[in-house]
Amino acid sequence: MSDPVSALQGAQFSGIASVEEGGLAGMITLRGDLGSKVMQAAVKEATGADIPATNQVSLSADGGTAWMSPDELLLMVSYTEVEEILAALNKSLAGEHALAVNVSDARAVFRVSGDGARETLAKICPVDLSAEAFVPGQFRRTRMAQVAAAFWLDESGAFTIVCFRSVADYVFNLLSNAAHPQSAVGVY
Amino acid sequence: MLILECPYCGVKAEETELHAGGEAHLKRFGPGSSDSEFHDYLFMRENPKGVHFDRWRHINGCGKWFHAARCTMTLEVFGTYSAQTFEPPQDIRDAISAKRPDWTWREFK
Repeated sequence: MSDPVSALQGAQFSGIASVEEGGLAGMITLRGDLGSKVMQAAVKEATGADIPATNQVSLSADGGTAWMSPDELLLMVSYTEVEEILAALNKSLAGEHALAVNVSDARAVFRVSGDGARETLAKICPVDLSAEAFVPGQFRRTRMAQVAAAFWLDESGAFTIVCFRSVADYVFNLLSNAAHPQSAVGVY
Repeated sequence: MLILECPYCGVKAEETELHAGGEAHLKRFGPGSSDSEFHDYLFMRENPKGVHFDRWRHINGCGKWFHAARCTMTLEVFGTYSAQTFEPPQDIRDAISAKRPDWTWREFK
């Protein structure tokens, strides 16, 4: 077997915010009825996190769950255990009208942190990222310049961005450009 | 710039996050219909100056289709509502009537 590598293998950039490629992350797309008890139990077992409220992310010690749409969740788990977790998930969802797929290798993850993190993202996304409007725990699927992306804000003030692996290089350049040291606008 | 609130995820999305899906509440005329019915279904569209209903998809967000009621002249948005309906719901009609008392659109008023 070849060794799995992430899209940009930990590329980094530092400016008004620091941009860092997140490395390999286990991700499972789960579609189905989010209100179902069986689904809630299965998600809890797989990630250790509850099903989040609309536009929220719920994080646990070693993973998390993000609200993607009224019938879709993104489960974040350890990259090495994703196949076992998926098998267990499918077992506990037996009989449910649900679909779970391992999408780990289809995705890239970035982390944007530092004082300029909100501003960096606000330059490239049509989202109100002011401190009052976008609070920790919030999750947003949106457009990042020309590509689809999703991100959430954690308690430390850092954003985690999830995008398609095929556009990882584009997103990294985009974030690096938006975080250019001399590009501070100073709105947030 | 048009800003619509997605009724599924509650996000106030601006136009570039959405995909326009054309006129709302079309009734399909397929096999078995007359040529003129099929012609009207295929080609005849409203083009009003004023109240209009159209379909949108929250393509860079939750991915769901929804309906919007808006004014084509002022870009005022009267409301957005679920895609699972054949006609505008009463609260949307009331919201339009409050601002445009004599509005009509196709068979709705």
